[in-house]
Amino acid sequence: MNIIVCIKQVPDTSEVRIDPETNTIIREGVPSIINPFDENAIEQAVQLVEEFGGKVTVLSMGPPQAEAALREAMAMGCDEAVLVSDRCFAASDTLATSYVLSAAIRRIGEYDLIFTGKQAFDGDTAQVPPGIAEQLGIPQVTFAIGLEVEGKKARVRRLLEDEFEVVEARMPVLISCVKQMNDPRRPGIKAKLAAKKKEVTVWDSACIEAKACLCGFDGSPTRVVRTFAPTRDIEGEKFEGEPAECAVTLVERLIGEKII
Amino acid sequence: MDFTFTEDEQMIIDAVHELGSEELQPHASEVAEAGEFPYEAIEMCREMDIFAIPVEEKWGGLGFGFLLWGAIGELLSYYCQTTGSVFGAHVLAQYPIMEFGTDEQKEKYLIPLTSGEHIGAFGLTEPNAGSDAGAVQTKAELHGDKYILNGTKIFISNGGVAETYVIIANLDPSKGTRGLTAFIIEKGTPGFEFGKDEKKMGWDALPNRELIFQDCEVPVENVLYKPGRGFRVAMGTLGVGRIGMAVGAVGLAQAAFDAAILYAQQREQFGQRIAEFQAIQFKLADMATEIEASRLLYQKSAWLKDQGEKFEKIASMAKLFSSETVSRVTSQAVQIHGGVGYTREFPVERYMRDAKLFEIVEGTSEIQRGIIANLLLRENHI
Amino acid sequence: MAIYIEKAKCTGCKLCIPSCPYGAIDMVDDKAEFNENCTSCGACAYACPTGAIVLEMAGKGEVDTTQYKGLWVVGEVTTEGRLAMVTAELIGEGRKLADELDTDVSAVLIGHEIEDLARRAAGYGADRVFVVDHPTLKRYRTQPFTNVLTGLINQHKPEIVLIGATTMGRDLASRVAARIKAGLTADCTELTINAETKLLEQTRPAFGGNVMATILCEFTRPQMATVRPKVMAPLELDESREAEIIHIPVSIEEKSIATKIIEVIKDDSGSHVNLTEADIIVSGGRGLGDPKYFALIEELADVVGGSVGASRATVDAGWIPATHQVGQTGKTVHPKLYIACGISGAVQHLAGMSSSDCIVAINKDPDAPIFGVAHYGIVGDLFEVVPAMIEAIKERRGDSA
Repeated sequence: MNIIVCIKQVPDTSEVRIDPETNTIIREGVPSIINPFDENAIEQAVQLVEEFGGKVTVLSMGPPQAEAALREAMAMGCDEAVLVSDRCFAASDTLATSYVLSAAIRRIGEYDLIFTGKQAFDGDTAQVPPGIAEQLGIPQVTFAIGLEVEGKKARVRRLLEDEFEVVEARMPVLISCVKQMNDPRRPGIKAKLAAKKKEVTVWDSACIEAKACLCGFDGSPTRVVRTFAPTRDIEGEKFEGEPAECAVTLVERLIGEKII
Repeated sequence: MDFTFTEDEQMIIDAVHELGSEELQPHASEVAEAGEFPYEAIEMCREMDIFAIPVEEKWGGLGFGFLLWGAIGELLSYYCQTTGSVFGAHVLAQYPIMEFGTDEQKEKYLIPLTSGEHIGAFGLTEPNAGSDAGAVQTKAELHGDKYILNGTKIFISNGGVAETYVIIANLDPSKGTRGLTAFIIEKGTPGFEFGKDEKKMGWDALPNRELIFQDCEVPVENVLYKPGRGFRVAMGTLGVGRIGMAVGAVGLAQAAFDAAILYAQQREQFGQRIAEFQAIQFKLADMATEIEASRLLYQKSAWLKDQGEKFEKIASMAKLFSSETVSRVTSQAVQIHGGVGYTREFPVERYMRDAKLFEIVEGTSEIQRGIIANLLLRENHI
Repeated sequence: MAIYIEKAKCTGCKLCIPSCPYGAIDMVDDKAEFNENCTSCGACAYACPTGAIVLEMAGKGEVDTTQYKGLWVVGEVTTEGRLAMVTAELIGEGRKLADELDTDVSAVLIGHEIEDLARRAAGYGADRVFVVDHPTLKRYRTQPFTNVLTGLINQHKPEIVLIGATTMGRDLASRVAARIKAGLTADCTELTINAETKLLEQTRPAFGGNVMATILCEFTRPQMATVRPKVMAPLELDESREAEIIHIPVSIEEKSIATKIIEVIKDDSGSHVNLTEADIIVSGGRGLGDPKYFALIEELADVVGGSVGASRATVDAGWIPATHQVGQTGKTVHPKLYIACGISGAVQHLAGMSSSDCIVAINKDPDAPIFGVAHYGIVGDLFEVVPAMIEAIKERRGDSA
């Protein structure tokens, strides 16, 4: 079984802030991590290969530093790693990103399954997985919480708003994974050291025959025109004193405002 | 002398930080309160290859030195004192086999201890032989190709849980230290039973059990090093053990200090944060200074060991100083917390209870002073 | 966007015919050929095994944006066959935006036996409702819905397409946008029309809510956005409101669809909590100290008629299933009332709940960040406050009854 996992290196968003002066995102000093949902995708892929044999190729688009995320993925059990990196990929929106990744997947070649996280931690769009599937012309099953593979069919349990949906899809299929799908392994020191020595294949736009007009800024129909810090226009009211009395005051207030 | 870490070593330290903060620390109080062996934490350490650090690659290890091993032990104790103590006790079986074992013994016992598949324990202490190793009464008698062991060990860390035991017995108690012999004994060997598990002031989740040998047959090939040379094995092991104790003490002291400096900046009295009072500031300054000095001592001893140089004196100094440091620091941490520090709501009371043992275990402070003085007099003999 | 057949590559296998939802492919001289029904939806291009059908995209700046008119809301039908609330919200918001553009609002309803819902969409303010009704569309699936919606968009050229940022909306919108190469903005919380350019300004949180970003689609059409449920306000339902209802006939063969729904499991056990739809959420955090005290949270949730939420720390510690988790790696919620008990308010938690209408924080630590977003805060022990609240609410209920 050949599996491709698409991952993204993201800033640890709990530490991202907006510069109040310039309204731009401060990224310096923010640690980079593997997008947490992508760890579930890696875990799922590695588990399948452990069960059925085959190979997991982990793929990422990003700057050269994203190699660290790919090495971490190899420490978790991925066999090979590909980084697509080119200056012309910069400023790609979700459409251009899915174009580049789909071009890289074509270059990787044969696959039975593609796994992704349900969305990236920084952008939170969930648009790239369907974008990749569309550009490859394969079915997608998003928000997967469980998976069984039988022959050429994947039976996927999806986590929807208030229900589970079990979908059967012909392979090859792209599956995006939610956090509850599994418990990603913590790689051991030996695996980490071994992954440091492994090769990461780096491809530029020419290697994957990506058209410049479909990458980066030119290939992105959306454009961010403004970023700003969210306003919290809340004048909070704090009740202090005897807890029981505060509770009663609060309840009166909530009932008064018809909130409860 | 250089205590800086390579990129690989730093990566390992970062990984252990992550493990500690995400998995160990959140359960540290729970584990101690339950008083049960932290199987889950140890399993996670095993999966991370933490027990492989100081062992040669040939035996499944990572081939790093004791300086890194110390840094990892410090982190484990920092995040979870119980896990750190298991790690510290484990090496007391792993190290002597690595240092004194034959290839066959290493194949059979060192590999699983290094992967963490087996936990190790070291048994020297007896009711009448603790500080005085020569007084070991557990007797080993040679019968053909077997030794028959009889006697009782007490307070054995990891006892009952460990699969592999390095036991110091005496071929002839009348010969004192010259009769001592080290054996590798597997859990489950007929005649080898576990007695009571001590209830202690602290270190609640670390088993400290009695090991009872009653006509326990041990094949001759399980003699570690040479018959009658067990004192050397024991002293070599305790040398590394002292580095381990210093490492654990520094980790615990650092945890107490971090709790105290955080609390001092949150707690307000008389209209200001208590960290603004000089009385508190001086305490914090002393605590941090002593911790730093303790750390440098254990690092120096580990570094000397890694260089193949004599490290025993500095290891004793590290053990002595860091164990007295951790007692002072944890006591001050409780003091800074005030009333809540004495409650079980905050971990510092546990730190204080745990700290005391460092001054007693693996050579009391008095023994350490004796060792240091002896070595000093030998070095300065006129 | 254009679609054409490279006759030389066509083997006459006819696989494209059942794939077309619009019956737009005929066989002429053993080769496929499009008839006037073709909407360029692209379904056939994926069915073609030889690559004879080519879907060609317009490049940046090549789209004649003036041809695109009207605002569309793509409707969502719940498993019970009702119109999802988010659809009504989007029609309401769409109404406002359409007025600024001096255009009308159309709803697109795709499903089976949904005639009543079309009238309901009208009642919520749609001027026109496209109804695509077919048994294979009974429940949402990516492929047929994508084909149908792409076809409709290509044919009618709306200027703006809004879809609820639900699991369905995110799945569908992403796929359609990728097919027609349109710009799509995810999970918007604010939409405005620029007075000068008349472009749709789409504002959304990013980086876990630490950053807001405003996004434009200048050169492509339609301008597509998924919109977070419960953020926009629906109009009052007016059943007398009339709309033009247009039925779009489609022919879809089940066998041409790559996925099959085996089963839908409604989870009533409580382990599957629909936090995103809940009006009131009572959440517990580490301050509970022990998993057993979630019972207290449940009790408060019961008396106020809410659902139980949880912080990441409690989920990670195994105190409560992950389905209850509110925050960046859990659910993003927008209830009318959010009561945080013993939750300090890590940024990742705030990202998931700070847009709630009313936030109540109960915490021992007066400096806990949760108080920074709270409308009402009680500094105190939750074990004293929460039981007192339960008591007070019960008492009031008793009075009024």
